[in-house]
Amino acid sequence: MSQIPADLRYTKSHEWMRTLPDGTVEIGITDHAQQSLGDLVFVEVPEPGRRLAAGDACAVVESVKAASDVYSPLAGEVVAGNPGLAAQPELINRDPYGEGWILRLKPSGGAAAESLDAAGYEAVTASGG
Amino acid sequence: MPYIPHTQDDVGVMLERIGAASIDDLFDEIPQALRVGALAGVPDALSEMEVSRLAAERAAADGRPLNFIGAGAYEHHIPAPVWALVTRGEIYSAYTPYQAEASQGTLQIMYEYQSMIAGLTGMDVSNASLYDGASALAEACLMAVRAHRRSTSARILLPETVNPAWRHVARAITEGQGLRLETVACDPATGRIDPHALAAHAGEDVTALVVPQPNFFGQLEDADALTRWARANGALVIAAVNPVSLAVMKPPGEWGDGGADIACGDAQPFGVPLSSGGPYVGFMACRAEHVRQLPGRIAGRTVDVEGRPGFTLTLQAREQHIRRAKATSNICTNQGLLMTAATIHLALLGPAGLERVARACIARTGELVDALTRLPGVQAAFPGPRFHEAVLRLERPAGPVLEALAAGGIAGGFDLARDYPWLGDALLVCATETRTTSDIEAYARALGAVLGRAAAA
Repeated sequence: MSQIPADLRYTKSHEWMRTLPDGTVEIGITDHAQQSLGDLVFVEVPEPGRRLAAGDACAVVESVKAASDVYSPLAGEVVAGNPGLAAQPELINRDPYGEGWILRLKPSGGAAAESLDAAGYEAVTASGG
Repeated sequence: MPYIPHTQDDVGVMLERIGAASIDDLFDEIPQALRVGALAGVPDALSEMEVSRLAAERAAADGRPLNFIGAGAYEHHIPAPVWALVTRGEIYSAYTPYQAEASQGTLQIMYEYQSMIAGLTGMDVSNASLYDGASALAEACLMAVRAHRRSTSARILLPETVNPAWRHVARAITEGQGLRLETVACDPATGRIDPHALAAHAGEDVTALVVPQPNFFGQLEDADALTRWARANGALVIAAVNPVSLAVMKPPGEWGDGGADIACGDAQPFGVPLSSGGPYVGFMACRAEHVRQLPGRIAGRTVDVEGRPGFTLTLQAREQHIRRAKATSNICTNQGLLMTAATIHLALLGPAGLERVARACIARTGELVDALTRLPGVQAAFPGPRFHEAVLRLERPAGPVLEALAAGGIAGGFDLARDYPWLGDALLVCATETRTTSDIEAYARALGAVLGRAAAA
């Protein structure tokens, strides 16, 4: 059974979002997603300053058996990519909602992709999505 | 056994099931105007005896000219063991086998090849080959755009001193994918990249600079200065190199401050004979930080569950069967057979042997240039250091001169008029270790006679 913290927002494509006190939004992939991918061996994070539209591919997570894109749930400018993931991609396996964050975004207020609360996301994972 | 296993009955059943009257119906959506129809001039099937005779006649029509043409394809001595080994049944295939790890010998050859290419180029990692030098350059341009994440321009500076055929191919492959390949002019006095033409791009968003070494004219570019310029201007460096020259020259991995990012070229000079335009074998290597953007297969060394050494295909998440449309390349075939020939060729020569070949090439080309420029009306176009090719200026168009030489059994060089009209009447000549002093004397005598006749006419 995967963890789905109640204080985060989610997407159907298995990203999570956390709004930080300074208004930036931290983004990562869910516990369910990291379990499905298996042991991660490489993560490509975006460069600071890159502008993203909602739904843009913004990072790549590569495991021993697959490579997947991570999609930005909302529009904005990248403030930071997690520098720790270059040397330790397994941070995502170990702590997907904490040390395994992937990028921080300054929202530009444009259209956001549809987001879900914890219960909504749990329904997605339960239906095999 | 017929190669096509379906009987007429099988075909009939399948057509009936999908509701088509004939196989031609399956191509209905292709307009008649676009169809080839009957192939005019292509004969019906011939017997083996007839095909052998036809092929022998066509091959004889090529003759066996004394060759002084380089321009991207080079005649070198290939030791007899190379093709005796390559044609053994165990390795006589162009393809990476399915269930690759079941073919440990094939993977080991790939691994040895990659190790040799990495060693020659001074780069960290090599793939297991690409089609040819031209497509390797195109792939290097695409790779640079993926790898350079702070550059958004997708602009590649492609000097005029890069092989023109490679430039055409690189454009054809990359421009439809949004890349802009911008020409940097050659300095007509030196036959090298014009530093002023390059300086005009300072401060712009340039993704990568291509540095040919030696360049198409055989001249040595100032690779260190060009690499430093690229670094200072935030551009990656793509080295397009002749692999034989690397035996005696500074490898791309050590150019400038920090070296090139990607090195590519054609490994044809390693064990692959000249054969009417191909096949060739491209090589490509890069710094470790860019490895996930490298196209093509990569063999790696590992250990099995019992700790025994073995070989495996590695970093496959870059490839089409995993990454689909976002794979690092849509060209997924490598040149396994020619890669094998290159590996055996290099193993036989060894570093000292390859260095002797490179030094002999330089010496023979020097001898050739000296012999030909003693003739009235023949001048070396550029004064600087060169590898195994040189541009000669004539006082009359090169085309008819080359035709007259060919009639006497000498392939005298590559006419530069089409690709470099600003050079005037100029010829690119090459001499590798295969040309002897008497070959060079024969060429000089023949050229003297042809020019003398032309002057008298």
